[in-house]
Amino acid sequence: MCLAVPMKLVEKKGEEGVVELAGVRRKIRLDLVDNVRVGDYLIVHAGFAIEKLNLKEAKKTLKLFQEIPAPGQK
Amino acid sequence: MRFLTEYRDTEKLESLYGRISRLASGLPRLNLMEVCGTHTMTIGRAGLRRRLPENISLLSGPGCPVCVTPDSYLDAAIKLTERKNICLATFGDMMKVPGSQGNLEERQGSEIAVVYSPLEALEIARKTIKEVVFLAVGFETTAPSVASVVLTAAREKIKNFSLLVAHKLIPPAMACLLQDRKVKIDGFICPGHVSAIIGARPYRVIAERYHRPCVIAGFEILDVLQALVMLLVQFQEKRAAVEIQYSRCVQPAGNLRARHLMAEVFKVGDAEWRGMGVIPKSGLFLKKEYSEFDAVRRFSLQLVKSEKFTGCRCGDILKGLIAPPDCPCFGQSCTPARPKGPCMVSSEGACAAYYRYELLPGRGKWQKS
Ligand code: SF4
Repeated sequence: MCLAVPMKLVEKKGEEGVVELAGVRRKIRLDLVDNVRVGDYLIVHAGFAIEKLNLKEAKKTLKLFQEIPAPGQK
Repeated sequence: MRFLTEYRDTEKLESLYGRISRLASGLPRLNLMEVCGTHTMTIGRAGLRRRLPENISLLSGPGCPVCVTPDSYLDAAIKLTERKNICLATFGDMMKVPGSQGNLEERQGSEIAVVYSPLEALEIARKTIKEVVFLAVGFETTAPSVASVVLTAAREKIKNFSLLVAHKLIPPAMACLLQDRKVKIDGFICPGHVSAIIGARPYRVIAERYHRPCVIAGFEILDVLQALVMLLVQFQEKRAAVEIQYSRCVQPAGNLRARHLMAEVFKVGDAEWRGMGVIPKSGLFLKKEYSEFDAVRRFSLQLVKSEKFTGCRCGDILKGLIAPPDCPCFGQSCTPARPKGPCMVSSEGACAAYYRYELLPGRGKWQKS
């Protein structure tokens, strides 16, 4: 039930926003997040954005997947 | 960057599996628990359990809100549907969960609205003169949204809206598991979206007092594998800390705004979990200022613990004591089409996930460890 997917904020008006994923748009509330801007990716759960995704951290994690050290190393 | 497909890359998958087996060799037998039902789904879908090194087992934990909601709650909800002028609003997952006298789906003729958000429940209340009762279940992920809706209802003075609250908190349940001597858990994959709200800190007691490594993980398969790598590294280095793999979403302090809203509306109290009994400080209850929205008070409901024995072993499964196929009912008298217990009802329940992913023909039969 804690399933929540990353969706892109495409419209914002006060505490209300519209997010989009694969062409599907949905109205959400922005009461739980600070400083979000159109273009941000948000984690949406039960009609609310619960967190904003951090691009820098996202890239870091992807890089970690790639950095696979040789056997014997950690 | 779409924050989705990048974390499903199959090439990287293989190298992470390689890394896991290299790290696992030399380590003792380890039972790691994925606390969250959404992780159980990711793991099932990827067939991860069958690909792990022999000494590493993954156990499904109590992180499925529907699965841990006790009979007494469902019985109270069902009782409400027997009254006139009431409309129940609930997340779809709750419809099939058996109480001691059947489930909500069987309540034909009563008014039950399946909603995706508590906002919809409030919207229904705005448009009807009936009493609308929202079944507020869910963990820390869901509670702030519900809190926000309560505040809106209070602001707009909506009088025909109330909640039957059974929100629960994850870290106290994890600590409770570790106090049970029968339970053997060496480390935890902690839920990503619960942690988006609460941050890393509430798990520190698990790492510091109980010396169990914790890694907060995202929900794509590469996230889960990397979390496993991080856990195994902690075992290799003989340390226990709380680490965040899902750093693109989870901040160490969590989401302050959401936490404030939650604390504004709810207070913490002891709560009953299915199969685990009453766990101290593991539930959320409406504060006095908002008690007018409490359905228990408004309709003088009583939550009575039922003693009915159904043979369902969800409780033992939620504690990681047995795996779903160890339940004699599994796949026999209990299937997703005719569930006996909540772990088979919810798509995220351990039994449903095992039934769907671990028993597929051609993928090899499930083998008990
Ligand atoms: S298989 Fe069915 S009866 Fe057995 S524990 Fe799971 S939900 Fe309960």
